[in-house]
Amino acid sequence: MVEYLPILVMFAIAIAMAVVILVLTHLLGPRQDDPVKLSMYESGVNPAQDSKVRFSVKFYLVAILFVLFDIEVVFLYPWAVTYKTLLSSLGWLMFWQMFIFVAVLLVGFGYVWKKGGLQWD
Amino acid sequence: MPVDLLLIGVKAAIFLGIWLTLVPAMVLVERRLSAFMQDRLGPNRVGPFGIVQPIADALKFFFKEDVIPHHVDKALYLLAPAAILIPSLVTFSVIPLTEPFGFSLFGQDIHFKFQIADVSIGILFVFAVASLGVYGIVLGGWASNNKYSLLGGLRSSAQMISYEIAMGLAALSVLMMAGSLSIFDIIQMQIFNGETGKLFGVLPVSGWLIFHQPLAALIFIIAVFAETNRLPFDLPEAEQELVGGYHTEYGSMKFAAFFMAEYCNMVTGSALIIALFLGGWSTLFFDPWVAGLPVFFKIFVQFSVFMTKLIVVLFFFVVVRWTLPRFRYDQLMNLGWKVFFELALLNVVITAVVIGFMSVS
Repeated sequence: MVEYLPILVMFAIAIAMAVVILVLTHLLGPRQDDPVKLSMYESGVNPAQDSKVRFSVKFYLVAILFVLFDIEVVFLYPWAVTYKTLLSSLGWLMFWQMFIFVAVLLVGFGYVWKKGGLQWD
Repeated sequence: MPVDLLLIGVKAAIFLGIWLTLVPAMVLVERRLSAFMQDRLGPNRVGPFGIVQPIADALKFFFKEDVIPHHVDKALYLLAPAAILIPSLVTFSVIPLTEPFGFSLFGQDIHFKFQIADVSIGILFVFAVASLGVYGIVLGGWASNNKYSLLGGLRSSAQMISYEIAMGLAALSVLMMAGSLSIFDIIQMQIFNGETGKLFGVLPVSGWLIFHQPLAALIFIIAVFAETNRLPFDLPEAEQELVGGYHTEYGSMKFAAFFMAEYCNMVTGSALIIALFLGGWSTLFFDPWVAGLPVFFKIFVQFSVFMTKLIVVLFFFVVVRWTLPRFRYDQLMNLGWKVFFELALLNVVITAVVIGFMSVS
């Protein structure tokens, strides 16, 4: 695990940098509050309604699909890394196992596509 | 142990130095180059040819008023710039810039790897940490409590996660050829292939994976554009529609943090493109010659080659930005899900079959 120590150090440095930047800019800048400046920006027009507007459910759908298919990709990673070495012992079984897995997922993907889950308008 | 920690500190300083030099340099190059492409002059007043402009910009950002509007969700609003900046400053820690080399300093033999952390999961680490950047965008968009920000944040997050799949799959075929997740191994594999590989047994062939995996390279490069929210994929901040997108309500260094993160990710993305597809520090046909050089010359050549490639790819980013028009959102999502996902998957299958035939027979 010792090779991960530098990453921890980098995270610490990055966090320190972010905090220093935010604190410094807070301290250095002038402070002149006025109600118009602090109001919501809507191209100079008075804000019409609450900003938490309803947005397309498609965004949720994309997020869910992402979780599904990204897990698939992550699942492929160990297979891909060991593919070359395990081919010699397992032969084409190595290929067909993952082919079937991907094919099953593609059936689901085809269903989503047919249902219009990927249709943006 | 103290020497190790010192070494980590030195490496962190070198890498942060390189990256945080390239970021403002890129900002300047982008402004100047875009000006030239649009028949303008661009910033040329601060210092000769305007080279001090980025420093002036940074100082200006620091001394701007730190506006925190009343309607924002204060904690999340302040967290968002940090949440996007932190991952972008960590992702590059697994990218090697040269081969490891040994030297002795004050009687101590030091094995120096030009890479902050040599972890075996290399690429996976980059993807994992880079995707954390989405949090900053979503938080910024939501906490700003502004319609433009909300829509920009949503668009951006949907776009980034969509192209992450294509990106992951494109990298997958590289991993299959290299049999390793470590970026160093992948570069070594390309150099080795270049030295030993012969097309039809006679013609010299480059080991650069862009020649072996052109489709994966294309998908990966385009996905990097989409991940960094660069034109032609800059819908999250489509000015005509969304003002500034998720950072509409941000000012001072908080805004600059979003900007820095974007450019940092761009530099890291370019470095990743080079490492995976453009042979890292490989010099196309001169690798055997470089390998025979004295160690410090070799390291110097490798470092310069990597940096040159980095600068070329970064120029490419800017030129593309001012050449291509912006996509429509439905086109963007269609391209990501209906074209790149399938193509990348197909590429993985083809790679698997080819490798299979090459090694099983």
